[in-house]
Amino acid sequence: MEAASIPSGDRSVLSRSPLARFPDRALRYGLTALAAAILALIVYFFFRLAGEAQPAFAKFGVLGFTFDNDWNVSAEHFGALPLVVGTLITSGLALLIGVPVAVATAIYITELCPTRVRAPVTVLIELLAAVPSVVYGLWGIFFLAPKLVPAEQWIADRLSFVPFIGGGVVTIPNIFVAGLILAIMILPIVSAISREVMATVPADHKEAALGLGATRWEMIRLAVLPYCRGGIIGGAMLGLGRAIGETIAVTIMIGDAPQMPQHLFGQGYALAAVIANEFGEAQGLHRSALFAAGLLLFVLTLIVNAIARLLVLRAARARAPKRTAQDRADGVPPTIAGTAGL
Amino acid sequence: MSSVSSERLNRYALTPARKRRDRIARGGVLAGTILALIPLLLIVYYLLSKGLSSWSWSFFTTDPTGNTFFKNSTIGGIESAILGTIEIVALASVLAIPIGIGVAVWLVEYGRSGWFANTVRFFVDVLTGVPSIIFGLFIYIALIIGTGSSYAGYKGSLALALLMLPVVIRSAEVILLLVPGALRESALALGAPRWRVIGSIVLPTALPGMVTGVLLAIARAAGETAPLLFTAGATFKTSTNLGGFMNSLPVQIYNDVTSPTTAVVDRAWGAALTLVAMILILNLIARLVARRSRLA
Repeated sequence: MEAASIPSGDRSVLSRSPLARFPDRALRYGLTALAAAILALIVYFFFRLAGEAQPAFAKFGVLGFTFDNDWNVSAEHFGALPLVVGTLITSGLALLIGVPVAVATAIYITELCPTRVRAPVTVLIELLAAVPSVVYGLWGIFFLAPKLVPAEQWIADRLSFVPFIGGGVVTIPNIFVAGLILAIMILPIVSAISREVMATVPADHKEAALGLGATRWEMIRLAVLPYCRGGIIGGAMLGLGRAIGETIAVTIMIGDAPQMPQHLFGQGYALAAVIANEFGEAQGLHRSALFAAGLLLFVLTLIVNAIARLLVLRAARARAPKRTAQDRADGVPPTIAGTAGL
Repeated sequence: MSSVSSERLNRYALTPARKRRDRIARGGVLAGTILALIPLLLIVYYLLSKGLSSWSWSFFTTDPTGNTFFKNSTIGGIESAILGTIEIVALASVLAIPIGIGVAVWLVEYGRSGWFANTVRFFVDVLTGVPSIIFGLFIYIALIIGTGSSYAGYKGSLALALLMLPVVIRSAEVILLLVPGALRESALALGAPRWRVIGSIVLPTALPGMVTGVLLAIARAAGETAPLLFTAGATFKTSTNLGGFMNSLPVQIYNDVTSPTTAVVDRAWGAALTLVAMILILNLIARLVARRSRLA
């Protein structure tokens, strides 16, 4: 209380003139307006997309459009169920194949690999994300799909009693290879998020497990994996969002047959693929139906991504050491989780 | 104080079965990692073996002719596609980078963790997850249906800019958060106004780190096909007019993939190798810059 207080009248000496404050205000309001403009833009696009899809929804009904099993361009009848099912099967396959491999790479990189190999392996996995979608499609259709046909036919013949998998004739391209390409494409993002989450496991927990005599694998299974479960699931969901929205590679690989998928090694179609393929020549109701498919795709990825972000954030928040006031003052970022997948 | 009986201790002993399980699991994890690297090696191998053979001087200096039924010499090269990609991506970068960094600065310096800033963050995350073809549809609706005009290079740039925005914003935000608060406070204490603090202290400190995120965003945009299909269109001629149809590498590859002619598919491999080389160079520069950054 003894500190010399400056009489309020004298403080005006230190304050800036209104003119000098102007650039500060301009910057502040300008940047705020920029951020608001981005929000407005997203909302605007969403409503415009819904507006363009309106004729198709009006004709077939929202549910009728989504769940009707008939996509027939020449008859002007548009039911998106074969496309939705194709999208869900290929992205489901991508998760089934991609996530275990991605988690394995994350475990290897964070827990098992020698320090010297860590950086090169990480970079190589990340490079998978640098390959453009169309190049995956090119490689998939001219190398992967033809090379896999004998193996696929062998499986289809052996498992002929299993519905959907066995029995049929393997085609190039087919649903399975589309899922496989998607699995490769989502691998880097799932791996990156899993790695990030695994890095937050406290060394105490791991050392405690090892100290009690656990083997390396038991340590991973008992201390690392349960700790990261939420984050890994979130990463997998982000991968799912990518797989659902992936367009060009799937368009090249899936066969573009607008029918309900008959079997795993046959041809199918997907929401994003139908837009890429048919939009160029579409007119009238057809174009509106494609916008409706786009809206469906948009909403689907929105839901999946919202759940994923929530899971990753929650995992990061629950695990991260509490941020102290000092951290905040120093500008230490809250967590980096969720930014790797960008 | 009673001693643990030896049977109970034995239950926790490192039995051969546990050792075996450990070895198998570690082997499985290693196998998974190797499995993940195989596609990359195969893709690189095929790109080099198929792409290099179609590379030649005329491959880079002639436009595709649209003639797909004759020999290599008549189908033309990929000059218009390379230049188109560079022009479209350059314009997209000019649009997305300042806006993206501006929003990131606002998030870190002004918005912080208020409700509005968190809403903006959420919507930016939403943008990250939007399928790339949807950005094409957005621009199609706004600028092609909206104005009644046709495809144009700058419309492709706008679609790519939308795609780059969230990447630029989020990566710049992470780096800006790493700028020590003490630096800002010192500048403020010396009497510098906020805009000087941002312009002369925060941004220069964060610059190298932000360059990395920006380059990765450019690399991602350069490889995108879907947003360009219905915005920039496809054409054969080299063009410097962003107001007209414009060719690009991804779209050219996509159109060539479906061709029944081997020579055209070979051109697709050559173009793919060119595209991947461009993207890898951007990635490499990004990594080198990141290593030199003092932050992070």
